Amino acid sequence: MERPEAEPLGASHSCQTGEAEPGTGPAEEEPGGAAAGTMMEDCLSKKIEITVSEAEKRTGRNAMNMQETYTAYLIETRAVESQTEGQCSPPDSLWRRYSEFELLRNYLLVNYPHIVVPPLPEKRAEFVWHKLSADNMDPDFVERRRIGLENFLIRVASHPIICQDKIFYSFLTQEGGWKEMVNETGFQLKADSRLKALNATFRVKNPDKRFTELKHYSDELQSVISHLLRVRARVADRLYGVYKVHGNYGRVFSEWSAIEKEMGDGLQSAGHHMDVYAGSIDDILEEEEHYADQLKEYLFYAEALRAVCRKHELMQYDLEIAAQDLASKKQQCEELATGTLRTFSLKGMTSKLFGQETPEQREGKIKVLEEQIHEGEEQLKSKNVESREFVKSAWTDIERFKEQKNHDLKEALISYAVMQISMCKKVGFASDG
Amino acid sequence: MLNQYKFEDEPELRDLFITVDDPESHITAIETFITYRVVTKTSRGEFDSSEYEVRRRYQDFLWLKRRLEEAHPTLIIPPLPEKFIMKGMVERFSDEFIETRRKALHKFLNRIAEHPTLTFNEDFKIFLTAQAWELSSHKKQGPGLFSRMGQTVRAVASSVRGGGVKNRPDMFTDINDYMETFNQKINLLDKISQRIYKEERGYYCEMKEYGPIHTLWCASEEDLVDSLKGVASCIDKCCKATENRMAGLSENLLPVLHEYILYSEVLTGVLKRRDQIQAELDSKVDALSNKKAEKDLPTEEIGNLEDKVECANNALKADWDRWKQNMQHDMKTAFLSVAENNIHYYEQCLATWESFLTCQTVDLHLGEDSEEKP
Repeated sequence: MERPEAEPLGASHSCQTGEAEPGTGPAEEEPGGAAAGTMMEDCLSKKIEITVSEAEKRTGRNAMNMQETYTAYLIETRAVESQTEGQCSPPDSLWRRYSEFELLRNYLLVNYPHIVVPPLPEKRAEFVWHKLSADNMDPDFVERRRIGLENFLIRVASHPIICQDKIFYSFLTQEGGWKEMVNETGFQLKADSRLKALNATFRVKNPDKRFTELKHYSDELQSVISHLLRVRARVADRLYGVYKVHGNYGRVFSEWSAIEKEMGDGLQSAGHHMDVYAGSIDDILEEEEHYADQLKEYLFYAEALRAVCRKHELMQYDLEIAAQDLASKKQQCEELATGTLRTFSLKGMTSKLFGQETPEQREGKIKVLEEQIHEGEEQLKSKNVESREFVKSAWTDIERFKEQKNHDLKEALISYAVMQISMCKKVGFASDG
Repeated sequence: MLNQYKFEDEPELRDLFITVDDPESHITAIETFITYRVVTKTSRGEFDSSEYEVRRRYQDFLWLKRRLEEAHPTLIIPPLPEKFIMKGMVERFSDEFIETRRKALHKFLNRIAEHPTLTFNEDFKIFLTAQAWELSSHKKQGPGLFSRMGQTVRAVASSVRGGGVKNRPDMFTDINDYMETFNQKINLLDKISQRIYKEERGYYCEMKEYGPIHTLWCASEEDLVDSLKGVASCIDKCCKATENRMAGLSENLLPVLHEYILYSEVLTGVLKRRDQIQAELDSKVDALSNKKAEKDLPTEEIGNLEDKVECANNALKADWDRWKQNMQHDMKTAFLSVAENNIHYYEQCLATWESFLTCQTVDLHLGEDSEEKP
């Protein structure tokens, strides 16, 4: 089956790994087993080969029964064993559109908040330079998106924890009813409200220092990659200009050669070289878009990192509130028991104004409080455990992510150098006659 | 400075070396103007000394050009740089403008020096050797332009009345046609080349910003410092190489194209003057054929005119051949040098990136011990 090259963006562009399936991510990077405890061999990516092999324009009716055009992507899966045996059994396949990928990712984000969930390729074309289309239906954009979606699936499949998720597996294998199945899990209800998260960010008192640093890091990463992509786009624009204007020489040389007897051949040859030179830039810049996509992936990964930090802040804030609550209840209890009023309370005031409570009333109150305190202590204990586990597993994944990032970005930079080299070599013979 | 001597043919046979340099600003009550130093070194007998240094202003060059045109109406006198630049952005006395003009004036004088006929022109010698006051007084002598202008006006009028020159030899019509197309193409080439320069400059500016971002990124990535610094350094080197590439374009190609744009005007003028000389003859011949009575009187006059026409035609033909040869040589040299520049640029960039890659792959191999390989 004829297919264009589709490796995960993490793999070096020109690197001949000779692997049947990609998956440079966590599987090879971790020396000591992850605290998550899965064996590398269990990663889905080792068992099945996943490709997003085609994209197709479709028209359909949306939720409001209006006609819309969208692109559907063909996901093919094939068991790895069937390949090595030399047979080439036909793959299983189904079609999905971008919004379904988004649904899957949102599901993963909610259910695995301690995981740095791989990002999707961009929803709209950004960092576009003038020749590049910002239109979502543009075939080049669709093609790069196809590759990005495949990369996303492979990254998820290579992750020791989320690759085991049933919803993910169904996404790959179950054509009909998947959307309903996801919605039935009720994950949208579990999602933390934006407002809550924002609130926590500002009010949390003792966040884990490492997460604070991580947040700064992800902000810096996002900022520097954005800047880089912006300038790269401008560089590409100018480079395009240089090459293409040279192409104008071709026609003029050719017309000029018509009136020159002696110089005629030389001019024709020079013109031809100019045309070749000018034409070469299109491929060069298309390749560079892939490099930009590699960087963009990590731009979006920065957001995923921030999501984990936000979750930590939320949990921490929750914990602090619960502890505060408990402390104040204990104090109330103590005050009631000893009859002293150390803090101002409405009850205190009213009892001063309208008379004290009876001992029985007070006893009752104390009992209620004691029960609440007991409950609170249990909750606090479990919250603490939850929080510690979260921090532990999140940090494991963050370490995994860091290694992946270092590896991928280094390879990206190398592939950029390779691209520059090939661009220089292409110009070998553009000399004038 | 080396470029100034990089002219064609037989440097051993040259006996006249001219340089134009050292622009200086002069401010008087009436005006501000620039003078250029013209240094001449020669071994020719007709020069009293072997070395001369004089200062000339643009007006003086203009004077010289007109004198040469008058003395040799059908020779191709090299063009002068324009009086004004219409770009609007370039101030009259900006450094860039002065330098461009200086180079063009230098070219102008050297072209005259290399011309087999013009090089021995008396006014040319005076231009190179006379002190300022000598030149002024010499300028005032000699047939004024106005008397000549009268002649030319009549000649032009007659040729226009006649509906163009009949009897114009095909050769000159061919030259005219050639120049029309040539002029068109040269103008286009000039536009394209200027545009390329602009784009290259734009690229250079963006690259200047591009490299440092990678260095900035180092601050937050410990493990990527080597790679990022490497990329930053490569980009900076390529940036520098672009600067050289641009310089090559602006030094080797743009001035040549510009000069040949100006040559178009020169050629048009030459062809016109030749036509006028022929028109003089033709009108006399016509007059003769109308006044059959006075046959013998004008014969001598006509004979002279016929000689004049033949001389003019021969001079132009020879000069035209010479001009074409020079043009082909100049164009070839200019475009070749730009091409070489470009190749050199790419070779430099290639070397830069390849050396970066070598460093990186060495590191990769060293760090790959713990990785599994299929």
